[in-house]
Amino acid sequence: MTTGTGSLLEVDGISVRFGALLALNRVSLTIPRGEIAAIIGPNGAGKTTLLNCISGFYHPYEGTIRFAGRDRTHLRPPEVATLGIARTFQNVALFRGMSVLDNIMTGRVLKMRGSFLLDALWWGPARRQELEHRAFVERIIDFLEIQAIRKTSAGRLPYGLQKRVELARALAAEPQLLLLDEPMAGMNVEEKEDMCRFILDVNSEFGTTIALIEHDMGVVMDISDHVVVLDYGHKIADGTPEQVRKDEAVLNAYLGVAHD
Amino acid sequence: MNSVGLALDTFPKLVRANAERLARHVAIREKDLGIWQSYSWRDYFERSRRIALGLASLGFARGDKTAVVGDNRPELYWAVLATQALGGVPVPLYQDSSEKELTYVVDHAEARFAVAEDQEQVDKLLHVRTQCPRLELIVYDDARGMRAYSEPGLLSLAELEERGEKFALGQPTYLDDEVARGRGEDTAVICYTSGTTGTPKGAMLSYRNLIEMARIATEREGLGPDDEALAYLPMAWVGDHMLSYAQAIVAGFAINCPESAATVLSDLKEIGPTYFFAPPRIWENLLTNVMIRIEDAAWPKRRLTHVFLRLAQDLERRRLNGQPVPRLPRLLAPLGELLVYGPLRDNLGLRRIRIAYTAGEALGPDIFVFFRALGINVKQLYGMTEASVFVAVQKDGDVRLDTVGTPMPGVEIKISGDGEVLFRSPGVFQGYFKNPEATRQTVEDGWIHSGDAGFLDHAGHLKIIDRAKDLGRLADGTMFAPKYLENKLKFSPYVKEAVTLGPGRPYVTVLINIDLGAVGNWAERRGIAYTSYTDLSQKPEVYELIEQEVVRVNRSLAEEDEVLRGAQIRKFLILHKELDPDDEEITRTRKVRRGYIAQKYATLIEALYGDRDRVAMEAQVTYEDGRTGTIRAEVAIRDVAAR
Repeated sequence: MTTGTGSLLEVDGISVRFGALLALNRVSLTIPRGEIAAIIGPNGAGKTTLLNCISGFYHPYEGTIRFAGRDRTHLRPPEVATLGIARTFQNVALFRGMSVLDNIMTGRVLKMRGSFLLDALWWGPARRQELEHRAFVERIIDFLEIQAIRKTSAGRLPYGLQKRVELARALAAEPQLLLLDEPMAGMNVEEKEDMCRFILDVNSEFGTTIALIEHDMGVVMDISDHVVVLDYGHKIADGTPEQVRKDEAVLNAYLGVAHD
Repeated sequence: MNSVGLALDTFPKLVRANAERLARHVAIREKDLGIWQSYSWRDYFERSRRIALGLASLGFARGDKTAVVGDNRPELYWAVLATQALGGVPVPLYQDSSEKELTYVVDHAEARFAVAEDQEQVDKLLHVRTQCPRLELIVYDDARGMRAYSEPGLLSLAELEERGEKFALGQPTYLDDEVARGRGEDTAVICYTSGTTGTPKGAMLSYRNLIEMARIATEREGLGPDDEALAYLPMAWVGDHMLSYAQAIVAGFAINCPESAATVLSDLKEIGPTYFFAPPRIWENLLTNVMIRIEDAAWPKRRLTHVFLRLAQDLERRRLNGQPVPRLPRLLAPLGELLVYGPLRDNLGLRRIRIAYTAGEALGPDIFVFFRALGINVKQLYGMTEASVFVAVQKDGDVRLDTVGTPMPGVEIKISGDGEVLFRSPGVFQGYFKNPEATRQTVEDGWIHSGDAGFLDHAGHLKIIDRAKDLGRLADGTMFAPKYLENKLKFSPYVKEAVTLGPGRPYVTVLINIDLGAVGNWAERRGIAYTSYTDLSQKPEVYELIEQEVVRVNRSLAEEDEVLRGAQIRKFLILHKELDPDDEEITRTRKVRRGYIAQKYATLIEALYGDRDRVAMEAQVTYEDGRTGTIRAEVAIRDVAAR
């Protein structure tokens, strides 16, 4: 799976503070190109904060984030997205009243070039462009096997499918780095297995680098190349699933330490 | 049809003729990436030719078997033709078979080659191959997710076709020579019957069997190149093989492959087929969809629809029974057509239907009347794999509610001493592959034993009562026909499956599967919260709902049928899990396996004949990957008579 060369994302000593709470304390990590990396840790460990820093939603007060070799610690989310980072959310954030197809099309927005007038008339380049984008989106629909719900409005879908549509929208942006915030939360076993398969397929078919937050340890150990463990804003472990599984600090963070 | 003469005695020869006669005519359409892609008869032949040559380059010999597994895809139909062109025998397999089932068939059929749709099927076949060393080569169509596979003997269809092109350069006449060697009496296909009992049996059908029966049916129904059909039933089912392959080739009409199994109903609407073949299951689904949508409509619309539907069904029932039709409903019919029937047909995608068959199992009479009342020409087809499908079909203009129609031309029917239906026709199969014992039990002097109890009425219509072995009597001798009752229950959109019990018992009871879609919708509209199928199935409100349906069935039984009126349903329960082919409770074609269910749910059944009103139950479930788990639940029992 690790087919890429060099690191795609380098996070170096970032810290984030919410008032008195130090949400991230000098966290560093590196994600090589083409890898599936998992970020785990107990509730409140700072996982989502870390993801939000990477996607430009929060800005660390110290440390740097380098993406594809360039420092981009202080970019805003739209700029980050243009650079090739897409994400899904812990709580599904789809346009509920819009069809699945339209939701996924919104993932292409950054790739669209056009003038208001031509778009309104659906003429010339505007028409050609929309057809191209639609064809691309259809490939994703086929890839994620959601043909049957193409025209259903997103709000009417069961939770597991909404998650899949969200993944589709993220993929529509053709990201180099895909951030998944608990892609399997609240799913049943079958839905989880499907999602795992899709994540692995995305990684191997498109070579997309993936960083995901997940609580299901079975899933994490099965699909990731590399696991980063956070606890109270500190990075306490970083390595292959086997290494992390045996790590003392991780066991303590998850199972507690006997104080006797 | 006669002008093409006797020389066209195999499918490869027929398709080659089609490629000239109907060169640009659409043979197959497939919805891919949201767009319907068309392939002409010329494409059909050309692609099959390349696949065949590719197989030949890998040493395919006459008589070799190719296992074909996947959803209905043009490439898979071409793989069937390619195999036949080389004098081989295709063995289509059910795409949702478990590994165990696949292994049995691949091993029994001695398949050397396999053509699979995608990664999912390849994964299964790779496991199968560890136990069936005879399986040499696996070819896949959809390359998605296959990049990391490096197993030997695994090839993409594109690579295979490329090899074929190269092979043809060296031996330009190879394929034509092989095609010319095919004979009508050769085995064209082996269809494994899913079988409600025991292991699957491979029915061998010859080219002559299939082509003759396809011609007879095509001529009787007047099918031609301009017809359109939907190819959506499992390719392993003989019904699909006859309609989407044999008949399509013989008549030259186009088949349409849906985008995925989940989109069939919307694809149906987009295509608007003229010829449609559906097992009762699909008709039931369509009906459920209609009913849900009607219930969701605003009340004036709902009222209007109900009024006209009732009117049309009453009219159709009279027509089918040969009773006079009163004037008022007859006069209102055109208005109903304009306001209700036409739009509904259009909405279902059945507007252009000229001929629609229901086959596989008997369709409940109420469902049958419903669709005919809408103006859809649904006809009962009585057929069997071993007969190359067609035995009897209702003739246009001579459709009756309680018969399966008259014998097809060329088919002779007689009834044995103990009431079993026997028949003889040009479609009678060559026997079961490697199972002479079963062949002997089924065919006697050219007559096939159908296993169905039935009789020919005075007008020559065949009437099937039940499976010969299923027909039973209660302990007190009252006649009881399980399927008849079950179909009545299944007319309700809320009932997905019903299994009745009774023979040798003091009274009739029934195990019910609710329809999660319909009951779920019903529950939501009433603000009844539920977490899962199991939870919903045991809600007291749902029991009330189903009880009303049971009472309705009992009432109609008492009104309609003198012989069967004694067999009223006394108690029922709603099963806490859906009957599932993975758990071997129903077959892949959704026939209930009574013996197995009786054994698996023995505790529940015992309780139905005891005086408890609840019973704790554990059930094994099998996931698609073969792992098993357990569902625990407490199941309520409802006594209908006591209330």
